[in-house]
Amino acid sequence: MISRRRLLQLGAAAALSGRSVRLYAAPPSGPRFLLVFLRGGYDATSLLIPYSSGFYYEARPNIAIAKPDPNQAAGALALDANWALAPAVRETIGALYRAGQVAFVPFAGTEDLSRSHFETQDSIELGQPLAAARNFRSGFMGRLAETLTGGERDAAPISFTDALPLAFEGTAPVPNLSLKNLGKPPFDDRQARILTEMYSGHRLESAVSGGLELRHEVAREMADEMRTSGRDSINTKGFELEAERMGVLMRDKYRIGFIDVGGWDTHVGEGAAQGVLAANLGSLGRGLQGFSQSLGAEWHNTVVVVLSEFGRTFRENGNRGTDHGHGTVYWVLGGGIHGGVIAGEQLAVNRRTLFQDRDYPVLNDYRRVLGGLFRTMWGLSADQCTKVFPQAAPTDLRLA
Amino acid sequence: MPTFVRLLNVARPMGIARIGSMAGIGGIAAVLVLGAVGCATHPTGAQAKLARPDAAAGVLPLLHREDVLWLGRVSFGLDAASVADYRRLGREKFLERQLHPRGPALPEPVAVRLAAADPGAGAAGEEMRGDAAARIAAVNAARKSIYALPEGSEREAARKAMNDRGNRVAYAAIRRELLRAVYSQDQLEEQMVWFWLNHFNVYQHKAEIRWVIGDYAEVAIRPHALGLFRDLVLATLEHPAMLQYLDNQQNAAGHVNENYARELLELHTLGVNGGYTQQDVQQLALVLTGAGIAGENPPKLKPELQGFYVRRGAFEFNPARHDFSRKTLLGRSIPGEGFAEIEAAVDLLTRQPACARFIAGELARYFVADDPPPALVDRMAQTFMRTNGDMAAVLRTLFLARELDAALGSKFKDPMRFVVSAVRFAYDGPVITNTRPLLNWLNSLGEAPFGHQTPDGYPMTELNWASAGQMSRRFEIARSIGSGSAGLFDADDGSAKGESGFPQLSNRLFFEAVEPFLTANTRNALGRASSQQEWNLFLLSSPDFSYE
Repeated sequence: MISRRRLLQLGAAAALSGRSVRLYAAPPSGPRFLLVFLRGGYDATSLLIPYSSGFYYEARPNIAIAKPDPNQAAGALALDANWALAPAVRETIGALYRAGQVAFVPFAGTEDLSRSHFETQDSIELGQPLAAARNFRSGFMGRLAETLTGGERDAAPISFTDALPLAFEGTAPVPNLSLKNLGKPPFDDRQARILTEMYSGHRLESAVSGGLELRHEVAREMADEMRTSGRDSINTKGFELEAERMGVLMRDKYRIGFIDVGGWDTHVGEGAAQGVLAANLGSLGRGLQGFSQSLGAEWHNTVVVVLSEFGRTFRENGNRGTDHGHGTVYWVLGGGIHGGVIAGEQLAVNRRTLFQDRDYPVLNDYRRVLGGLFRTMWGLSADQCTKVFPQAAPTDLRLA
Repeated sequence: MPTFVRLLNVARPMGIARIGSMAGIGGIAAVLVLGAVGCATHPTGAQAKLARPDAAAGVLPLLHREDVLWLGRVSFGLDAASVADYRRLGREKFLERQLHPRGPALPEPVAVRLAAADPGAGAAGEEMRGDAAARIAAVNAARKSIYALPEGSEREAARKAMNDRGNRVAYAAIRRELLRAVYSQDQLEEQMVWFWLNHFNVYQHKAEIRWVIGDYAEVAIRPHALGLFRDLVLATLEHPAMLQYLDNQQNAAGHVNENYARELLELHTLGVNGGYTQQDVQQLALVLTGAGIAGENPPKLKPELQGFYVRRGAFEFNPARHDFSRKTLLGRSIPGEGFAEIEAAVDLLTRQPACARFIAGELARYFVADDPPPALVDRMAQTFMRTNGDMAAVLRTLFLARELDAALGSKFKDPMRFVVSAVRFAYDGPVITNTRPLLNWLNSLGEAPFGHQTPDGYPMTELNWASAGQMSRRFEIARSIGSGSAGLFDADDGSAKGESGFPQLSNRLFFEAVEPFLTANTRNALGRASSQQEWNLFLLSSPDFSYE
């Protein structure tokens, strides 16, 4: 196995050359996909609570979330006889779930067992078979964009991040821009032209021209949004504001997007119904709700998947937190999905079913789950599915 | 060569122009033409090498493109003093001085400013003074007294006041490191301090870390930056910043937390493919049980444990929290001996060939190339093994390698190098008073000091810093630096406005070490600039300035 950095070095120069960043004018309607990557390994057990398991309450004496109580409007929300949703997202994600627009896939993840954040994030973003030598120039979102580029299914990819994530590595051009802090476009046309020409023939040429153009385009888009929308975005901030802006851009211009959210590595004092983790989940839930609203009618064409590199230990550790684990819970959201279900292969949650007496097992491989979603969303052929996720037969969870 | 640039050449070498418009430039143009006639060092256009030695310094070797680029790697970027030293000493002697700094390295105005800027000097708040141990104790005491207040506005005000003090303390630490990076003569040491702060990353916004980041940089990192790797590992292991950041202060027998143990193996010493297993992580976590931060009073220990207690500054090894079982690490048996186990484990890890290769590779990636030549990494790893991890020796191997010469000019500057090199170049004369603009630029470019949340530190390759979005952001920063409106000469606390005016980048340093080697594209862009500020923007945005 070669490390990510090592391989990044090998191909950096080669890949930067000849890859031109192009801005897209997406047709007004059609499938859209957003990947939300929770970096740090979020504690899925405090999001989707296995409340029918007595073992859950034994394993987490300090950080378990109380069983749903039908008389309590603010506690955990029972989703079925076994699973409940964290109080922190009850009003947002819970409401979408009840509207059939959210599904959860427990026991999801990757076979990567390094339990290293960085190693596992990389391997998920690359989406390649674990046994093979890794190609760090090729991420699964990049391969999806390559598969969809050309014709009516044009991918129109964008990454809402300061840097381009590994997931989007590949030959398809992908612009990136964080929507956290947006000012006026910095340069007039003449300056932008001179700056671009300075890089003419240089390996950064397309990054330079694409970056300058995208800033102008987003500024125009946001100016329109401010004029046409009655929504007051002054009160939204952080991820919520970003997510709303993402919704507008994906409604009008882009088809596949990527965003990452950090702050999930809760080794110490993660809290329960309230606390650090609950606050992060709350913000995420409000952001995704805002995203769904700002997409307007396109929400019905949109699928969002929320995932994280791994789950955390099923038992709390000595510091009322949790350590790096294995299986996790994926979220699938969308206006047109067949949601309101807990999807995929499942097991009863007890001590015997834990992986290595420590973590959730992985029963639903991320490559097969995402491959199944993509196949349905875009009607991909078997060959196209194989291109995006080599050696992974798509699983149809009947969600999209 | 564009007339515009030629005219500006001698306007105010090393100084700051106070002209703010094209009209102003036009107005002084006639005077400048006269001045230029007698200017011996005036350049004549594109040349591969500088044609004339510096008259004032006697007959000195010519500066070649390789010299300038090599100097750019050893330092955070050229300034007039480093160029003069290099020409006087030659490459090997210059390198020896950089590998064995003798101080004092800071120009007096900077040293004076740093001394005056200590927020502990005369300010309220015990937690802002002294070493890490004193600060941690004072922070705990302050928190206690705040919690003792009844809920309400008084408590809220006290909490806010403490928070403000914490921000000031963190900023003072960042300011210190930034001023050193810009103005210290010991530029290699400064780069190594930055490199190790990144390698042994801590995040100021976790727990109480911001109160001690200055101590972490100055006490745990700086003294060992060019020293023995083993000492560096042990110094970071014992520092309260790291103990909080990776949770080892919580790691105790029966309450094992393996966070630090894992990253000590994966990120600090061996690398993710360094040949350790999950079992090694768990065993190392047991070795590290009991290593934490000293409390107000020493723990009450049973007599048989008292001999195992260790206290060094804010660090404490508490044998009552330690797992004394026998461990096996990397196949080696470690008997339960308390703190001695930790020293044995650090010795074991830092003597692994995997560790030598990992550290050599990281250094070469930072200083040589995104994809460092394997033969060079091998030689550096051999030096590491031979010298027990002596960083000065490893870096000598690196900086005298022919592989480095071959890689010159193609390393993309990460934001820290970009911002610091631009400020070194643009504000070479008058010492800036306010480092907040630098911090804002680094924030905006995504590489704030002590601002990386995860323990992997910032990445070091072009791929991570040169995306479409990052390039346009970089140009915005280039404009801020070149337009002089950023407030670098304001008072640090915002209380007073200083001089404004844009820097004169077309200065002597430019003509001596930059202009002769410019590419045609950049020359062309500079020729189209309609003002000095715009000229500055184009130069700082150019591929020539983005790479070293």
